[in-house]
Amino acid sequence: MNFEKAFGSMLRVRRVEEAIADRYAEQQMRCPVHLSIGQEAVAVGVCAALRKEDGVFSNHRAHAHYLAKGGDLKAMLAEIYGRENGCCRGVGGSMHMVDLAAGFLGAVPIVGATVPLAVGAAWAAKLRGENRVIAVFFGDGTFEEGVVHESINFAALHRLPILFVCENNLYACYSRIDDRQPDRPIHGVAAAQGCRTFTADGNDVQAVFDVSREAVAGLRSGQGPAFIECATYRWREHCGPNLDDNLGYRPQGELARWESVCPVERAAAFLRAMPDGAALIESAEKQIAAEIADAFAFALEGPLPNSADLPGYLYA
Amino acid sequence: MRDDKKRHITQADAIREALAQALQEDERVIVVGEGVPDPKGVFGTTAGLQQQFGPSRVFDSPLSENGMTGICIGAAISGMRPVMVHQRIDFALLAMDQIVNNAAKWRYMFAGQVNVPLVIMVIVGRGWGPGPQHAQSLQAFFGHIPGLKVVMPTSGYDAKGMLLAAIRDDNPVIFIQHRWLHGIEDLVPEPPYTVPLDRAAICRSGKDATLVAFSYMVVEALLAAEALSQYGIDIEVIDARSVRPLDMPTIIESVRRTGTLVVADTAWKTGGIAGEVIAAVAETAFDALRRPPVRIALPDYPVPTSPYLVKDYYPDALYLARHIAAHLGREVPDAELAERLFRSTPCDVPQKDFRGPF
Repeated sequence: MNFEKAFGSMLRVRRVEEAIADRYAEQQMRCPVHLSIGQEAVAVGVCAALRKEDGVFSNHRAHAHYLAKGGDLKAMLAEIYGRENGCCRGVGGSMHMVDLAAGFLGAVPIVGATVPLAVGAAWAAKLRGENRVIAVFFGDGTFEEGVVHESINFAALHRLPILFVCENNLYACYSRIDDRQPDRPIHGVAAAQGCRTFTADGNDVQAVFDVSREAVAGLRSGQGPAFIECATYRWREHCGPNLDDNLGYRPQGELARWESVCPVERAAAFLRAMPDGAALIESAEKQIAAEIADAFAFALEGPLPNSADLPGYLYA
Repeated sequence: MRDDKKRHITQADAIREALAQALQEDERVIVVGEGVPDPKGVFGTTAGLQQQFGPSRVFDSPLSENGMTGICIGAAISGMRPVMVHQRIDFALLAMDQIVNNAAKWRYMFAGQVNVPLVIMVIVGRGWGPGPQHAQSLQAFFGHIPGLKVVMPTSGYDAKGMLLAAIRDDNPVIFIQHRWLHGIEDLVPEPPYTVPLDRAAICRSGKDATLVAFSYMVVEALLAAEALSQYGIDIEVIDARSVRPLDMPTIIESVRRTGTLVVADTAWKTGGIAGEVIAAVAETAFDALRRPPVRIALPDYPVPTSPYLVKDYYPDALYLARHIAAHLGREVPDAELAERLFRSTPCDVPQKDFRGPF
């Protein structure tokens, strides 16, 4: 993994989402947004182990996955602003990211809904003899959905090249994992279902990449499905731009502990210890800020979509 | 097409032939479902396909209806053309999330960038006590969803042609079979052919009333029309064939000629597709109606199992004929009509030699 590039990718996701949060109050982004701030290392570490032709599916909290896989930033912001030049021409919004050219095959907000689709895409790759790996990102809550276990069963049965990535951030909206699951490791269930399983510190991009690389190598050599459980944490509210620790649903001090292991800051600290590190970070910040300004301008100047086009999207 | 061979085969065989020809003509086609390669072969509709095309084209399935539907959607958006098979339509209810949220919307929500060429074959059960959970007729459920195509052919000819059309179509198609149609023979040409997925068929011309029927009810409708013709009552029978879209132009053109609309459905009355047909006619051709439209449908409770409870549940040709004659204000000698439409087989089997179970 190119560490500088991975850092730049994480920083870019962070700054993009902070910009979304900053501008959300302007009332121009009129759709739900689920920010990945605090979880960037999982998306970046996994996608660094994938090739462009590999596919990724995601969920309602998709910005980081989309950007890490190479999804177009301008089309993403234009979509959130509901414009014709958005990645779904305004039909989808933040919860429906897609960039086929980048191998980002789709994200939708029914929890667990894309897990079988990813398995199906991996099945197609195997049936068609393509050397292609599919990854799907989901949270700890999704692991409670029956469809996930149906999907894992089939993937193991047919030894499909699918990487299941569980971002365990401890919460489904405001419900803590202790209130939803027994005290046993999620990856242990996946192992019993026939996956090769891995765990990683989800706030350490190098650690995530290292297990992803090993998992993906196994997928390419036909070893059957792999499952990575990454421990990480969502800093902001489930849906929306704000902090919400004032609601009291998380133990006091928990957020602060996770902020102290910020994935972006940890990577930055590592870089700063290197000779050109500080300059490199500064340059990345500048470049990203310029790109974000450009992308927001692109979105805000985008043409408005036309509802007369909608019926044409329905059937081929 | 119809006259190139004088070959009569059952609808189950016609469906099997369509699947075999689809597998033959397009290597992207795969067939998957619970019991597809088993010795029974889903009432014969999938018999021998795995032997013929191998285990990498024809698959058994884990008992995971929702997951497998999502997996087939994933394969469909990745270059395959999956055909899913459910032994009962009731089992597809477990997959409604994937059917409604993903199959029907994947193309739409990404603004037309990706197609979902997927066929989901389901079977409406009836007879020999399938009971409340194995004999539902859920076409209105599926028909309500934009993004799906929903068809329910009646004849063996249409079943083969519409299945081939569905598999060649780039959209998700719900292909609804009726268990009582599987054993009926029809003239079915052997070469592959297609029948459109959006056209009703006028099965019998008539001037006194338009009788639109769905699936198996077409069989009963034709019997009723034949019996009524003996009394100078001339019924036009339309096989709706598709549920979404409904072929309203054909139906409305007929109603404009007859002035009377009766819709016979295999499903419950409330919220059913029969009501949708009537609503569409009322909206666009209200002036053509000389009397109130009529729905012939199932009573609003699930089918029971016991043959003693089921005997009055399904409206048959006699029920249709009596209602239509009365609605038209025509006198028909009832005992004679009952004799003409006497059904010698028990109410819970499709034909005399049936020994159960399904």
